[in-house]
Amino acid sequence: MKLDSKLPSGPLHEKWDRHKADLKLVNPANKRKHTIIVVGTGLAGASAGATLAELGYNVKSFCIQDSPRRAHSIAAQGGINAAKNYQNDGDSVWRLFYDTIKGGDYRSREANVYRLAQLSVNIIDQAVAQGVPFAREYGGLLANRSFGGAQVSRTFYARGQTGQQLLLGAYSSLLRQVDLGRVTLFPRREMLDLVVINGKARGIIVRNLVTGEIERHVADAVVLATGGYGNVYFLSTNAKNSNATAAWRCYKRGAAFANPCFTQIHPTCIPRAGHYQSKLTLMSESLRNDGRVWVPKKKGDKRHPNEIPEEERDYYLERRYPAFGNLVPRDVASRAAKAVCDEGRGVGEFGQAVYLDFADAIKRLGVDVIRDRYGNLFDMYERITGENPYEVPMRIYPAVHYTMGGLWVDYNLMSTIPGLFVLGEANFSDHGANRLGASALMQGLADGYFIIPYTIGDYIAGTELEAVSTDADAFKEAEDNVRKHIDKLLSIKGKKSVLEFHRQLGEIMWDYVGMSRNAEGLKHAIEEIRKLREEFWQNVYIPGDSRHLNKDLEFAGRVADFLELGELMAIDALHRNESCGGHFREEFQTPDGEALRDDKNFAYVAAWEYKGDGKEPELHKEPLEFEYVKPTTRSYK
Amino acid sequence: MKKMTLHLRIWRQKDANSPGKLVSYTLNDVTPEMSFLEMLDVLNEHLIAKGEEPVEFDNDCREGICGMCSLVINGIPHGPEHATATCQLHMRHFKDGDTITIEPFRAKPFPVVKDLVVDRSAFDRILAAGGYISVNAGSAPDANTIPIPKEIADEAMDAAACIGCGACVAACPNASASLFVSAKISQLALLPQGQPERKRRALRMIEQMDKEGFGDCSNHAECEAVCPKEISIVHIARMRREYMRAMFC
Ligand SMILES: Cc1cc2nc3c(=O)[nH]c(=O)nc-3n(C[C@H](O)[C@H](O)[C@H](O)COP(=O)(O)OP(=O)(O)OC[C@H]3O[C@@H](n4cnc5c(N)ncnc54)[C@H](O)[C@@H]3O)c2cc1C
Repeated sequence: MKLDSKLPSGPLHEKWDRHKADLKLVNPANKRKHTIIVVGTGLAGASAGATLAELGYNVKSFCIQDSPRRAHSIAAQGGINAAKNYQNDGDSVWRLFYDTIKGGDYRSREANVYRLAQLSVNIIDQAVAQGVPFAREYGGLLANRSFGGAQVSRTFYARGQTGQQLLLGAYSSLLRQVDLGRVTLFPRREMLDLVVINGKARGIIVRNLVTGEIERHVADAVVLATGGYGNVYFLSTNAKNSNATAAWRCYKRGAAFANPCFTQIHPTCIPRAGHYQSKLTLMSESLRNDGRVWVPKKKGDKRHPNEIPEEERDYYLERRYPAFGNLVPRDVASRAAKAVCDEGRGVGEFGQAVYLDFADAIKRLGVDVIRDRYGNLFDMYERITGENPYEVPMRIYPAVHYTMGGLWVDYNLMSTIPGLFVLGEANFSDHGANRLGASALMQGLADGYFIIPYTIGDYIAGTELEAVSTDADAFKEAEDNVRKHIDKLLSIKGKKSVLEFHRQLGEIMWDYVGMSRNAEGLKHAIEEIRKLREEFWQNVYIPGDSRHLNKDLEFAGRVADFLELGELMAIDALHRNESCGGHFREEFQTPDGEALRDDKNFAYVAAWEYKGDGKEPELHKEPLEFEYVKPTTRSYK
Repeated sequence: MKKMTLHLRIWRQKDANSPGKLVSYTLNDVTPEMSFLEMLDVLNEHLIAKGEEPVEFDNDCREGICGMCSLVINGIPHGPEHATATCQLHMRHFKDGDTITIEPFRAKPFPVVKDLVVDRSAFDRILAAGGYISVNAGSAPDANTIPIPKEIADEAMDAAACIGCGACVAACPNASASLFVSAKISQLALLPQGQPERKRRALRMIEQMDKEGFGDCSNHAECEAVCPKEISIVHIARMRREYMRAMFC
């Protein structure tokens, strides 16, 4: 395997334009002769499906949920960044580029990130034209808010439902193409294998989740937009159906997996309440603008928070980071919370929480101002916990939120399998080792609306695509593969449920491949995951059959893949002997506990190649070169 | 931690073609902190341990925004809590010893797929009949070219907040989809971007709604009462005006 990132030459700000000028075009009359499969209908998949159909291609669009509108993107709350500089506060394409490169702790490609910043402005135009009701000022123009890791106000939002509104916009464009006959929807389908013919991606195998039928679909190119893999930790802020299966099975067909260990842990989530807990709920980062984070100074202090006097509280973020205080970036805030809980000073039933206290802000600004700013979040908190945050400090704890790693793609968003393109959270491209808030929505839509339409045309125009049908041997082989996998899962008839295995894997991942990692723990995790995987294949029990809707069967396939991906994440984390962004290795820290990056040895993308079951994956390195920004140490003190 | 015992009566149906019935289960280890869906997860783990088939129910985000969860709980779509989707309902609103009846959203255009799962694809087909603004990627003018008064943008957002869950249909004695359809018509009719296709959109979406077999609205307002996003029936009034305008103006 050779990694060719296909980065264009020329000055940074001209790279994308020059590249576009060089890309080959498909004659408009020929486009309708080409079929493109798009798997996933989140921001990345819906925008890609709609745009490719607008250009004239035939598009087949697949998703797990009963409607494309329900993709996990719908849950994004806070907003989307764009370098519009409507606020006249000094924003620019350059500054968004710079913030993103720095926020990612210098582990992403300059050319990709610059293009992302350039395209950000077009996304807002597109969304407004679709009727997305962004927040506005009284003068009728668009409003902005600030977000972590930036000193300008460049985040566009639609109340706390930005993801929902952007997705409904993309989905409406997709449905318009359904109306025009250019997109066919395949909801309640799960992609279970990729079909590769003559070295090119030419189709997929899916299971119809209602009837259990296994279907073959052929195309000239396959676009994967299947989201992130945070659910490998079992508990995360991701939706229950978010999974890695499509990406993982492409990995096993030859697509390299890049930086799998780069995971984002969000500092402000509602903590776990019990063993039965099924997911974690995010509380917006914006709360840290007015809330103060603290824990008791004494270990195991069980008093009610309001009875703990001021001098017995440790406002540890303000203490450790006087310059940024409660507004340090996500990775820093998360690690600091874990540190105080590990010391035994955590609060709540399990000692796995810290307080986020609004008492001072309410005293200073009045309860009405706080209600105006955060009312809906406070209501959501109360609905879930039964506690009133106007009177009692919120309890929060970090939770897995986003995965920066994903399938490796070149500048054209093509994986190491020709004809397989990967968009959105499923690829690894733009966020390095840490993603800034409000940048995932931007990336998914840039990929779908403005990049893939150009680069896929170049691939189709420049590639000899022989006529293939679903009768081809490769389709039969892939279908057999899928059937065997399903039959094997159902035949085990063991004693332990899929959920229990998933929960156990999550505990291993969280304890050893979570917020902070060390070599010994990672080695232990690899062993434990292997043992658990072995047990899974001998002792899992899946009720029901494969001819009906069977959620346990679906989840069993996904957990089987997580049990392999989890190991790769640990292997990747073990090999990266440095701390950067969300990847914190305890052996590599400064004397005062900050991340110690090693640019000399680790300024590269780690892309892993599958070598067969039970074999070690092979590491390929794509060096990262910084021509325009000089990597420096991030400091928030 | 306090434990509750609950008596559940749950609709079980093998597939669209089989008859269904209510089946009783007793669950002893429910805690007030659990969400309603976590309570069903626990039930399912018990059923699986006994070698029985778990209860199928749709869910995804569990944050009240994807619209995937449904359920009629004690006769009310999304259960007893106001402005709360099933996935955000917690067990502290129930008492030890309660009997809870759980059924699928019922309406002819929402056929049962299995147990508590129904097919809501009719909603996608209605939106595909014009519930959009025709704009190709790349052709949009700068976003601040057309100022939109804040009040109008806010009202459009109120309508756009619909999560497409279908509770409005399940609550309506006529199985009308008027609240769902009107929310989209209203959002786009309010915005300047929606004007060019305004008439065509209203006519086509309403025609598709009828074709799917949804009933007429006769002002019961049950839809508004159960809507987890508090979508108001003023949108239905606006939809009627839009329809008249499209027919006669
Ligand atoms: C609670 C929360 C809040 C967030 N808030 C923000 C925010 O404010 N700003 C921001 O920028 N980012 C935010 N993010 C991150 C952002 O929402 C996601 O990264 C982004 O939406 C991912 O979009 P996507 O299109 O790549 O994938 P998704 O939206 O996850 O879509 C995946 C699609 O793939 C389909 N799929 C998956 N596997 C298969 C398969 N095997 N077969 C068929 N279909 C499949 C699914 O059905 C779905 O349609 C947030 C994330 C969370 C969890």
